[in-house]
Amino acid sequence: MSYILQGQTGDWEVVMGLEVHAQITADSKLFSGAATDFGAEPNSQVSLVDAGFPGMLPVLNKVCVEKAVKTGLGLKAEINPVSVFERKNYFYPDLPTGYQISQYLHPIVGKGVIEIDLADGSTRQIGITRLHLEQDAGKSIHDQHPTKSYVDLNRAGCALMEIVSEPDLRSPEEAAAYLNKLRMILRYLETCDGNMEEGSMRADVNLSVRKVGVKEYGTRCEIKNVNSIKAVTMAIEYEARRQIEVIEGGGKINQETRLWDPVKGETRSMRSKEDAHDYRYFPDPDLLPLKLETKWIEEIKQTLPELPDEKKNRFKGEYGLPTYDAGVLVAEKIRADYFEEVAKGADAKLAANWVINELLGALNKDGKTLEETPVKAVQLRGLIALISDNTISGKIAKDVFAEMFVSGKEAAAIVEEKGLKQVTDTGAIEKIIDEVIAENPDNVAEYRSGKDKLFGFFVGQVMKKMQGKGNPAAINDILKKKLSS
Amino acid sequence: MTKLTDLNIVEAVAARKKNEFSCVDMVKEYIAAMDKFRGLNCYITETPDLAIKQAEESDKKYAAGTAGALEGMPLAQKDMFCTKGVRTTAASNILNNFIPTYESTVSDQMNKQGAVLLGKTNQDEFAMGASNTTSFFGNVINPWKASGARSNQQLVPGGSSGGSAAAVAAHLCIAATGTDTNGSSRQPASFCGVVGMKPTYGRASRWGIVAFASSLDQAGIFSRTVTDSALLMEHMCGFDPKDSTSANLPVPKWSQEVSGSLKGKVIGVPKEFRIDGMPQEIEDIWEKGAQWLRDAGAEVVEISLPHAKYAVPAYYIIAPAEASSNLARYDGVRYGLHVDGKDLNESYKMSRAQGFGAEPTRRIMIGTYALSAGYYDAYYLKAQKVRRKVANDHVEAFKKVDAILTPTAPSSAFAIGEKSDDPVQMYLCDIFTSPASLAGLPGISIPVGLDKENLPLGLQVIGKPWDETTMFQVAWALEQAANFKALPQEVA
Repeated sequence: MSYILQGQTGDWEVVMGLEVHAQITADSKLFSGAATDFGAEPNSQVSLVDAGFPGMLPVLNKVCVEKAVKTGLGLKAEINPVSVFERKNYFYPDLPTGYQISQYLHPIVGKGVIEIDLADGSTRQIGITRLHLEQDAGKSIHDQHPTKSYVDLNRAGCALMEIVSEPDLRSPEEAAAYLNKLRMILRYLETCDGNMEEGSMRADVNLSVRKVGVKEYGTRCEIKNVNSIKAVTMAIEYEARRQIEVIEGGGKINQETRLWDPVKGETRSMRSKEDAHDYRYFPDPDLLPLKLETKWIEEIKQTLPELPDEKKNRFKGEYGLPTYDAGVLVAEKIRADYFEEVAKGADAKLAANWVINELLGALNKDGKTLEETPVKAVQLRGLIALISDNTISGKIAKDVFAEMFVSGKEAAAIVEEKGLKQVTDTGAIEKIIDEVIAENPDNVAEYRSGKDKLFGFFVGQVMKKMQGKGNPAAINDILKKKLSS
Repeated sequence: MTKLTDLNIVEAVAARKKNEFSCVDMVKEYIAAMDKFRGLNCYITETPDLAIKQAEESDKKYAAGTAGALEGMPLAQKDMFCTKGVRTTAASNILNNFIPTYESTVSDQMNKQGAVLLGKTNQDEFAMGASNTTSFFGNVINPWKASGARSNQQLVPGGSSGGSAAAVAAHLCIAATGTDTNGSSRQPASFCGVVGMKPTYGRASRWGIVAFASSLDQAGIFSRTVTDSALLMEHMCGFDPKDSTSANLPVPKWSQEVSGSLKGKVIGVPKEFRIDGMPQEIEDIWEKGAQWLRDAGAEVVEISLPHAKYAVPAYYIIAPAEASSNLARYDGVRYGLHVDGKDLNESYKMSRAQGFGAEPTRRIMIGTYALSAGYYDAYYLKAQKVRRKVANDHVEAFKKVDAILTPTAPSSAFAIGEKSDDPVQMYLCDIFTSPASLAGLPGISIPVGLDKENLPLGLQVIGKPWDETTMFQVAWALEQAANFKALPQEVA
């Protein structure tokens, strides 16, 4: 589905690349031993290194390197055996040393790829240009005092992966799908929690527009402060329109950094190319080039989990699930694991339906996550087993599930307690059917004269008399026979 | 009886073990001497109370038989070394009020061996200089005086570790640390008639030393003798996981190996170091040094270091580039001098303008320029290439020789103010010490004689990477042969 914007002078196409900053899940910072918990008291997780005291030196955290390599492998990217940390120099109060240690000419991870899933069922390959390691800055807080700013250095020095895509994205939907898939991969790899609200995953959008059919890229703007997938979508729509209007109005797009204002729903200029910092990158003399042994990279490769795309394909093949269901189930690793636990020895399609429709529905309604589910996978499997062996009907099962969701009890116990066992005794069913036929002579006559639609009425009456516990298949069979005799 | 302040470390430890005096006695003599020579301005911060307390502890340890290798030795730390609870300024106004809550790895290791701290020595601001005339706390004055026409002039002690060198020369401490980025622990030693040394880059931890140019900075030491230098270095060096550029190598017992024979050793004399305008007497003493080494059994050969003459220009790109970044942290926000401006940028500008003196300012500007977009390749990258060529020259030379012998400096101590109008003249003081710094090699300056004005002259020995042992042995042989006993007039 192509995203074409109609302007006054013709049709326009949007070209985008994303730069994602993903905070690495690690107990300590990239170059210091300070802790990294979110939401801690301001300036309570700051070492002398983070605060840029005289004579302090950075020491690289191996865990962060391992996670960057793991992420690179998950993005099917080249891992560079030698990478170099450089200093990016600029002054700001939340940057205590006056430089950010980052990677510039020699990143740890090179070209890779992400496959995105679109609403129409199609997929696209989006190129990854590079992934590099860098330190985060602290936080400046401007709204606590009329004339002063506060600085919180808890975040200063936390490890980030900057993941840069090729300019392969063409629509807000694709950008959203890219972020979703990237987030999914990071969470599967457990290298970043992907939490955009807490800022552990942040995206900058590089966007330009061009007339449909034109090969050259237009001048791009970088949009910062897009802190949710919804914001990304909205910012793109706004910025694309803005650029088209400027160009069609005879203006020119200036290469600049723009800020997304989520309140006003617009982007505005932050700094132009002329004002851009000269960061004076140079190799950090406090750190030696980072050399990775092939053996170590291989060892990390061995620890890679099954990733969403592979899992989805397996679910389709192994469980015979439709693409949509498989996609929903693999969206979160915990969800996929839950499903597989339910599906053990059970009817997989039934298991998928129950997980997607009943369980996720109920959790969603209660505002709970799967981590908080009152119904454990093995319990849901127990419920499905009762359906499969005809102990209860699907309809009754929904009631039992509702009860399980509230009480956390086992399905079998609830069925027993409430006498919900399905009646499969044909004698008992026949007896009820006879009663129903006797009580509704008019309807019987109408049915027999050709009004087939009334069959449902009879089923309903029988079920009602049996309080829903009659085996539907048996009822159908016997009812059909009796009505046609 | 000789004064306690005349003893070197080996002598003092031996005498103290025989209970000839107490550590407190010795510290008190030093405190008195510091008082007497305060006019030399060797110290930025004196710590007499702390020193006496530490000396008392040391006396207890001698009594208990648990004395460390440097127990009770009254040392001074260059003000680049962060010392816990003791003001550390780097001789800059911007750190005028800075009291670290931590101790540098090097000084901590010395303290663990029982070192006593007399104070923090004066230096060039942020170790930038070769004459100790850039300190916010005033010039250090060389205790040596020229004879003859210039006898009323005050001379520079060299730099940047001028306070340490002058303090050791004037017997205001038994030894003192320095730092060496381009010769700062060797050139002042030559000017002040003491031993000054820097180890291989990576031998001593840089953790807790105020950074100037990280790829060049190394801790150094000033002492009365080569053996003291070796002993101190043994305890200053060693792997430190807190410094990523620190080498995980065992540290030899250098002090026990200094007297090793030079038989079969080959010493190189670089022909390019015979520069125009160098005084004949320096040329002569260099040749004399070579002869002493021949007498000690070594073979002396001429070598070529063709790129050595580009070392100083390359240094004056690389070091300012790194410094421009290293000194960015002094912004008046978290510690150090803060001057309130009308907004953030003005506060930055005012704090830094008032905090930094002329030399750091000049180097920050040079370094910022050298790293700027469009100039990076022409300056910084080119300088790095030159640095590699200088290092390769040494690699080639060391295929043929075991150590290199050169003069330490192209002159003896000059008068305060003499070169201050021309930074380039000042920068050329480092002409013989710079190549070893760029190549990361160990180097030592040994006093070997006096010039015609009765000012000390030093010779420099440069060793192979990680082979301080041979370097110390060559230096020791020179020390034995030169038998340099002269002292500044007022001290003697």
